[in-house]
Amino acid sequence: MTIFADDTTRVLVQGITGKEGQFHTRQCIAYGTTVVAGVTPGKGGQKMDEVPVFNSVKEAAGATGANASLIFVPPPFAAEAIVEAVDAGIELIVCITEGVPIMDMLRVKQFLAATSCRLIGPNCPGIISPGRCKIGIMPGHIHLPGGPFGVVSRSGTLTYEVVHQLTQQGLGQSTCVGIGGDPVNGTGFLDCLHAFNEDPETQAVVMVGEIGGSAEEEAAEWIAHHMDKPVIGFIAGLTAPPGRRMGHAGAIISGGSGTAEAKLAAMEQASIHVCRDLGGLGALCREVYDGAKLSR
Amino acid sequence: MKIHEYQAKELFRAHDILVPDSEVARDPDHARRIAETLGSPVVIKAQVHAGGRGKGGGVQVVDSAAAAEQAARNILGMELVTEQTAGMGKTVNQVLVERAVAIDRELYCSLLVNRDTATITILVSSDGGMNIEEVAAATPERIVSVDVNPLLGLQGFQLRALAAVLALSGDTGKKFSAMMRRLYRFFVDYDCSMVEINPLVVTDQGELIAIDAKVDIDGNSLYRHPDVAAMRDPLEEDPHERKAAEFDLNYIKLSGNIGNMVNGAGLAMATMDIIKQAGAEPANFLDVGGGASAARVEQGFRIILDDPHVKGILINIFGGILRCDELARGVVQAATAVGLSVPVVVRMEGTNVEEGRRILADSGLNLINAEDIGDAARKVAEIA
Repeated sequence: MTIFADDTTRVLVQGITGKEGQFHTRQCIAYGTTVVAGVTPGKGGQKMDEVPVFNSVKEAAGATGANASLIFVPPPFAAEAIVEAVDAGIELIVCITEGVPIMDMLRVKQFLAATSCRLIGPNCPGIISPGRCKIGIMPGHIHLPGGPFGVVSRSGTLTYEVVHQLTQQGLGQSTCVGIGGDPVNGTGFLDCLHAFNEDPETQAVVMVGEIGGSAEEEAAEWIAHHMDKPVIGFIAGLTAPPGRRMGHAGAIISGGSGTAEAKLAAMEQASIHVCRDLGGLGALCREVYDGAKLSR
Repeated sequence: MKIHEYQAKELFRAHDILVPDSEVARDPDHARRIAETLGSPVVIKAQVHAGGRGKGGGVQVVDSAAAAEQAARNILGMELVTEQTAGMGKTVNQVLVERAVAIDRELYCSLLVNRDTATITILVSSDGGMNIEEVAAATPERIVSVDVNPLLGLQGFQLRALAAVLALSGDTGKKFSAMMRRLYRFFVDYDCSMVEINPLVVTDQGELIAIDAKVDIDGNSLYRHPDVAAMRDPLEEDPHERKAAEFDLNYIKLSGNIGNMVNGAGLAMATMDIIKQAGAEPANFLDVGGGASAARVEQGFRIILDDPHVKGILINIFGGILRCDELARGVVQAATAVGLSVPVVVRMEGTNVEEGRRILADSGLNLINAEDIGDAARKVAEIA
């Protein structure tokens, strides 16, 4: 089992005819993802390689039975693209776009709250259930299918680093979710932890956070009371100066809150296995996983 | 993006939010002429992107045009150190000359994007003019907040709750509600991430006037606010960061001596942490983007090497879709073009990593190969 996406997921790509859209659609198809349609307003009737392009999400979903959308639309139009996908009844929406105005995301987030749609991102690498489907821009081949690890992260390349270390340890992944680096996003740590806790293929979780906000602290609180599986935690940004945005729009220490130390302390309090040495993360996961197996 | 107080007040004026009459001056003579027009007393306020200016000596109240000129002379050019400038001084290049207001009460008001609840939070307090963090710590009950759903907008009951806690009623209460509606509309229309008015004063005439104005606007939204984009003050930015921004690089200058270049913001933060754990201090944050092309790596080298404190550089790149051999060729090409003057530790991982390492080793350049993150930390410690 996996969370949120598997080999039955039928993907359409919004912004498929752009440079990024074309490149990553091809990468997803090469990985084995079922990409059934593309959407670019005004380019309906064309094809991107073998993928039919439609003028609207509604048309594309109606004709192809797509139930997931991957969005590469530029920032000024990204929020509208998400709303269009929701309106068309798409269940899983993955928005890669970086630079979406926060005010747009505030409205989208409130709008989504009244629906059953799941949004991942924006400003994220997407989601991959190794060996089954990849809806995103991550390098597929570094992953190892079949679990036992679930991965949830606010970062892109840092997640690849973590996945690579897991794979080198012979530890596969059920699903890896990049929730994105923006201050207001769709799916959060809590949603992923809930789902991983229920997923039989996932036996342990790596959670990669960074400075800014309090999502890691909330997740730690939930883990302490509800999580049945071991969690390994890492936080980036111990040396980040306060008041500066560290690349990601959401990575900022403001008014003394959102520090890496506070997040690590909350994780330790929740009996999360905290990793302070990124180079040793894979080995720590191996140790925790073997230990959990022995105690079972 | 931060803007100056005088710019924020221009925006307020355009949205019918009352502010005192004022004008910005860049030399003492101009300050005197503005003061003559406004009439005394006037307040001379340093215009820098930092709070706490009063305590740092950047605000003076004077009672004549001649005194205004002298105060402007004192403040212009000063290196203003406040609690928000991280120990370093900010050069004052302009002052706001503002008519002083007869104050009855000082209130506090701010609006900010609440990332946890996806709402716009409005905070008010009767303790205006004070440091709000201190009020929050000492007397949290004296601050009241409401969360506004951006799909619904500011509701009447929320306005009544805010007015009640500020003990504003009658005509002043009505004026407060009208002002808050305009302020909320401004916040949303201008994609603000934060607006703070401290103090918001009630005059002896019962008018509400914003004596200070701090406005922070979401950088992602500038494409739809060309008027705000034009308010950018390059003098407020670090020259290295300004140059990096021209190359579209995500660079932040820090005080250490080990430069670093990484693809991806999360990995870049983690790499700074690794440098610290190795016993050294990072000289910067630099995310060259997930792709990390040769051209971007070359620009990154130039920016890092511009900092005279840099004794060595750590490159940490995870090659995913862009393979390590391509990355290695990019690094060699960039290093050759720049003419490296300091040792560079390269830690590379991912696709085709062996081929990438071979290319680095055969380059004949001062590139030190690190096998893994632990090895990189050891080699950084050696060059620090």
